[in-house]
Amino acid sequence: MQSLNRNIKVPRMTKKSAPSRRKFLKTALAGAGAAAAVPLSVKADDYIEPSMTKPGRGFTPYGMPSGHEDVKRLLRPPGNFPGTGGSLSPLESLEGIITPSGLHYERHHNGIPDIDPKTHKFLLHGLVKTPLEFSMADLMRYPRISRIHFVECGGNSGANAGPQPPQLSAGGIHGLVSCSEWTGIELGMLLDEAGVQPEGNWIVAESADAASLSRSVPLKEAHEQGILALYQNGERLRPEQGYPMRLLMPGWEGNLQVKWLHRIKVTNGPTMTKDETSKYSQSLKDGKANQFNFIQPVKSVITRPSGTMTMNGPGYYEISGIAWSGFGKITRVEVSFDGGQTWTDAEMPGPVLSKALTRFRLPWQWDGKPVLLQSRSTDEAGHVQPTRAKWKEPYSNAQFYQYNGIQSWQVGADNTVKNIYA
Amino acid sequence: MLKPLLFVLAVTAPHFGHPADPATVKAWDMSIAPDGKTLPPGKGSVSEGLAIYTEKCVACHGVNGAGKPADQLTGGIGTLASAAPVKTVSSYWPYATTLFDYIRRAMPLTTPRTLSDHEVYALVAYILSIDGIVKKDAVMDAKSLPKVKMPNRDGFIDAYGATKR
Repeated sequence: MQSLNRNIKVPRMTKKSAPSRRKFLKTALAGAGAAAAVPLSVKADDYIEPSMTKPGRGFTPYGMPSGHEDVKRLLRPPGNFPGTGGSLSPLESLEGIITPSGLHYERHHNGIPDIDPKTHKFLLHGLVKTPLEFSMADLMRYPRISRIHFVECGGNSGANAGPQPPQLSAGGIHGLVSCSEWTGIELGMLLDEAGVQPEGNWIVAESADAASLSRSVPLKEAHEQGILALYQNGERLRPEQGYPMRLLMPGWEGNLQVKWLHRIKVTNGPTMTKDETSKYSQSLKDGKANQFNFIQPVKSVITRPSGTMTMNGPGYYEISGIAWSGFGKITRVEVSFDGGQTWTDAEMPGPVLSKALTRFRLPWQWDGKPVLLQSRSTDEAGHVQPTRAKWKEPYSNAQFYQYNGIQSWQVGADNTVKNIYA
Repeated sequence: MLKPLLFVLAVTAPHFGHPADPATVKAWDMSIAPDGKTLPPGKGSVSEGLAIYTEKCVACHGVNGAGKPADQLTGGIGTLASAAPVKTVSSYWPYATTLFDYIRRAMPLTTPRTLSDHEVYALVAYILSIDGIVKKDAVMDAKSLPKVKMPNRDGFIDAYGATKR
């Protein structure tokens, strides 16, 4: 089957073809022979929007989205334990690479704590020369760095590992990933201040939430890459993302980027906490399990069009989606219209940043026939996103962590877009 | 002309941390590694654990740790290589110290940090006794707990290679 986009004619709105508003108005007012261009009977009032006839509202201390917009996080059905579970970023409604802070995905293990920065303290201890205690006021005095990185839950996209393809939106399946500009303190600076002893080779980070969530991280990478994040997209962290401070390990599994951070202990070896043994470990077919598989693998998903959307019939579409990898920059995203038989390079207009969401786009002329849409990403370490079948090969049926199989969207002649396993 | 002195002063790394005294550190540190070195004093028996479990845990974790609505704690030993693996404390968790660490920090879900160390030891003893990982007359304390060998102790592969460093 031939790739459908080979014969695309990309419509371009040029100065020549785009009617000027003035000319348009003139034609419409004249009401002469413009039936093709002006679909409805037009009154002069249509060109004076009500907002142009009276002063707008005043100022507000904190701006909110337009009341005409209804983009929200997708809440999973409440279970028996309201503080545990997650909410997902509505990827299909978002653009660019930055996730608005209020739409960043959530994964909590016992609710969102309300932490007063005036009383919050951070302890750095263990195999160090001098155990150190910091107040938030102390931490705010350190030099800062800013980085744009995604954070992704280790369980993201895991629904596609199940036996039946879930009929959900792109965000409903893959929305446990978000991307922000994070500003904070290099963890290595504080580790150096405490003075790590030679036998220290891991850390264990602990949260001040009601789960006291804790995870171990190798010291080398914690020292080189770790950030104590204080700001998200220019303002202090949202409570859901760990206010007043969280650990950021760019590209690593979300669970170990401990939110509401209040303690780091330098250790010899991993502490073997609950979340790095019983959870977030990947069961193989032979019954063994991979542990400490920290880095989120290369992934991509077409967000437009995507699951549960309705097509507008044949014609022009811009295919758009996001790609990311915990191993670095995305170097290539390909799109297939025939279930992976042929591939076409998508455009990555940029920015293309290491360990950040990367936007890809591809113009497409749909002829209205059924199409199997897929995207496949490659990162700078050379990893290529696998098919679902290839991803599942080594794993047991129970394993869903770090799922990065290619997403297949079946676009039907009836204008539906469905999640299928291909 | 006077040049601003600031430009000639070397900038040293900031040091804003305050040395923490050993008592503070000890009070904060509740992480229990497999070596059990930081396990607190205290002890608890299987029978004591059953009584506490019946009062504070059974509503979520079920009779004999059978689960529902919360995680299944027991059973599933020998199922990990099957088509329907059942991952529980008994069948999957590699270290008994993790159970102490987790119960003490996070359980019960609605009232975390309310159990005494004695109660945590007792609950660990009881949960591990259900599938015979420890005997019915076992007593868990700082010495006995790290010695417990979990059935899936050797079931994990260090995928990152980090433990070797």
